[in-house]
Amino acid sequence: MSLIPTIGLEVHVQLKTRSKMFCACPVEYGAGPNAHTCPVCLGYPGALPVMNEEALKMSALTGLMLGCAIPEVCKFDRKNYFYPDMPKNYQITQFDAPICQGGAVPLHDFAYPKDAQKSIAHPGKKVRLTRIHLEEDVAKSQHFETSTGIDFNRAGTPLMEIVSEPEIDTPEEAFAYLTALQQILVYGGVSDADMERGQMRCDCNVSVRPEGQAELGVKIEIKNMNSISGVRRALAYEIERQTAALQRGETLIQSTRRWDDDAGQTFQMRVKESSHDYRYFPDPDLLPVKTSVFMDEVRARRPELPAEKRERFVTQFGCTDYDASVLASDQALAEYFDAAAKGATKPKSVANWIINDLLSALAAAGKIIADCPISAHALDELVNLIEAGTISSSQGKTVFAEMFASGKPAAQIVEEKGLKQVSDLGAIEALCDQAIAASAKAVAEYKAGKAQAINSIKGQVMKLSQGKANPVVVSEILTRKLAE
Amino acid sequence: MELPALSLADVQARLRAKEVSPAEVLRALDARIGQVDPQIHGYLSRDLDAALACAEKADVSLPLGGVPIAIKDVINVNGEPCTAASKILQGYRANYDATVIRKLRAAGAIPFGRCNLDEFAMGSSTENSAFGHTRNPWDTSRIPGGSSGGSAAVVAANEAFAALGSDTGGSIRQPAALCGIVGLKPTYGRVSRFGLIAFASSLDQIGPFTKTVRDAALVLNAIAGRDPQDSTSLDEPVPDHTALLGRDLHGVRLGMPREYFIEGLDPQVDAAVRAAVKHYESLGAEIVEVSLPNTEHAVGVYYIIATAEASANLARFDGVRYGHRAADATGLLDHYGRTREEGFGPEVKRRIILGTYVLSSGYYDAFYLRAQKVRTLIRRDFSEAFEKVDAIICPTSPEVAFKAGDRSDDPLKMYLADIFTIATNLAGIPGLSIPCGFAEVDGRKLPIGLQLLGKPFQESQLLQIAHAYEQSTDWHKARPALV
Repeated sequence: MSLIPTIGLEVHVQLKTRSKMFCACPVEYGAGPNAHTCPVCLGYPGALPVMNEEALKMSALTGLMLGCAIPEVCKFDRKNYFYPDMPKNYQITQFDAPICQGGAVPLHDFAYPKDAQKSIAHPGKKVRLTRIHLEEDVAKSQHFETSTGIDFNRAGTPLMEIVSEPEIDTPEEAFAYLTALQQILVYGGVSDADMERGQMRCDCNVSVRPEGQAELGVKIEIKNMNSISGVRRALAYEIERQTAALQRGETLIQSTRRWDDDAGQTFQMRVKESSHDYRYFPDPDLLPVKTSVFMDEVRARRPELPAEKRERFVTQFGCTDYDASVLASDQALAEYFDAAAKGATKPKSVANWIINDLLSALAAAGKIIADCPISAHALDELVNLIEAGTISSSQGKTVFAEMFASGKPAAQIVEEKGLKQVSDLGAIEALCDQAIAASAKAVAEYKAGKAQAINSIKGQVMKLSQGKANPVVVSEILTRKLAE
Repeated sequence: MELPALSLADVQARLRAKEVSPAEVLRALDARIGQVDPQIHGYLSRDLDAALACAEKADVSLPLGGVPIAIKDVINVNGEPCTAASKILQGYRANYDATVIRKLRAAGAIPFGRCNLDEFAMGSSTENSAFGHTRNPWDTSRIPGGSSGGSAAVVAANEAFAALGSDTGGSIRQPAALCGIVGLKPTYGRVSRFGLIAFASSLDQIGPFTKTVRDAALVLNAIAGRDPQDSTSLDEPVPDHTALLGRDLHGVRLGMPREYFIEGLDPQVDAAVRAAVKHYESLGAEIVEVSLPNTEHAVGVYYIIATAEASANLARFDGVRYGHRAADATGLLDHYGRTREEGFGPEVKRRIILGTYVLSSGYYDAFYLRAQKVRTLIRRDFSEAFEKVDAIICPTSPEVAFKAGDRSDDPLKMYLADIFTIATNLAGIPGLSIPCGFAEVDGRKLPIGLQLLGKPFQESQLLQIAHAYEQSTDWHKARPALV
């Protein structure tokens, strides 16, 4: 029996607003316990929620970026359940009139894990979305030996839930989905979407069914993955587990399982009781929202998306698909490249310098592009010096290292180190004559037909010029002189 | 006349003229409370020192400068208890001011004293308080109405110049009627609910209890207006609500809804209200019969919507962050179960269960959704009536104050006490009750209330109509004879 998996993802994304969803408390990671709380986000008697309009705009922007429909009106509902991390014992969320409907996340080749990029089953696949809705985050519980503490700093943080259709076929597609989604969220400035910091959280619904069977298998939810690769590992494990169970003739039951990344296994948390009744009803404290009020502003805020950027880098700057995907994978990097490429005589070389030299230098220094010591303009100057033949490529590496270390401009370093290539024909000719005179053996060999022998004479010239002679010019002159 | 017997406007005039200081007023009031409240139990607590500290800084030139105002114990005043008359909030102290309190302070008033109520404002007699019943000052064997019974009783007994209450289905107007004073429920959205412990969010509205119509206008002036902290408060300009007082009623059309003069209406109430209608005619108003055909569904719709909202609103009282917490819970569920079992009284539990039931999946459409549709019909009844008339005139309550304990075992009968006030909240329109006579029961005089209902945000006109009646009658001058 051949079994095929089906995966649907529910992604929670913390929005990067300054204040919480329904009160003025700041959204800030790392403050002391309960430092950012007020009567509203603590659910004190009599406190009322007031909508954070920026959160609505960010959600609508996300919808625009993902091709969702933004209905004219959306509303907020109460989802009722008791839990200590829930200050009001109901969560304000959107039940049947969410801010975004439909849409899709396009999976580009380079969003897949590196080891899977060669074997993509459905290139260009788009995973459709069911909806995106906006809600408030809950508090964080911390369990001590005999008690539990609750930190309400997180309670009330604007949280977007992005729900996919169950049409992801493999753990690798799930990986690509999350990577592509993360890039888009960061591009829009709506979230930092860092899974390790809990800014992006992913619950996976996964089932397996016999090939040819239309009806989906028993849905099992897995939680507690804190990286995109963790999601991939958890799904791979879970699909294998479910497949093996079915092949042993076991019956799966609808349940929720927790991923343990260290153990590399999922463990059962709870079996789905007769589906929980959340008794949703419209929140009478909040009026329905007319989205048309802010959609013009949101449309104006829509950035160039990663896919659009990749395409432009290829057409405008002659990048390869791979280079374009590397450069566009990070918005700050893409902006850096854009700025450098604009003034470059050969943007393709700029791309090479960034991908081959700058990124590894940054990685070695533990830095990110935002604190790169070489400005886009400065990099441009370096590349232009090389392209103009003022310094050689290998000298360029030296200059680059110095620029990265000191932040000095390329021209200054070239000047200080006296690295400027000598292209003065007269001077080089004199050096060539000197070298020829001093290399009787090599000259003889060359004249006897051993072409490589010229290299040792060339080396002599370079040595005499202290490396400053333009090697191309030196070759030309030597070839001419030796032919005389 | 002794200080506590004065109206708000009169005591403010004396304060303004510096004939008396805010501290003297407070002390006189405190003495009066000490003297009569043991019979009434209108107050749950009061903090004279805190009030005196405010009095020291009071600016008597402000509209309510130096005037103490009593507050229903369901509105948060920073640093003071706010129990909602529930054990579950015993020991809780508010850590912020409700918007109405902020506004009262800005108008110079001094919040003083916390008034008793039915637990979480659920009830019509103030017998559902976890901290003892409030008595009707006109006959202490009777109830003062509810849920804002404490607020009404203390104003009627000259223990306060004015009090704030909240009205979800009649909780200001019905006790005002039963205690023989003025009670105003403003338009939904006129007064911020921020800081009012929510019972039913789409129906709750804060309003004043006063001895005169003018006083009600003065308090409304202070507390009305859009509040950025309450999304349901509306951005309507706030007029001076005293501006129309004194204008005559020529050209004013009053509607008598035939559905409000029904069998079961106490004959003495019926007679007093009909006499008031006649009186209005003599003042130049035109009386028109109107129909509000969906009135009969109001009580049913109300008990679905209000309980549904309450079931969620009261979920936050779980002993995790504040308030009563059951001792030695064995686990989370046990903690929730016992905290709420111990903390809530029977009527509150009844409504939470009812509200939970009507929101349950499978019942939502049949109850909650349907109730919302009927609510729309009720609202439409009123807007159609207001095409023909300026205000609606009817009884506030079908009966006068009943004996304490009479209805305690019959919740349904208790629910019917609000039959004439509930539709107003469902429609969101303003309503007020003014005294219009007395019934003789067992040799005691018991006040009768006249209810006037107005168009949204037309409180000024409603007050004008009420004022014309008040100024040409003496009912409002009568005070219960307490020792």
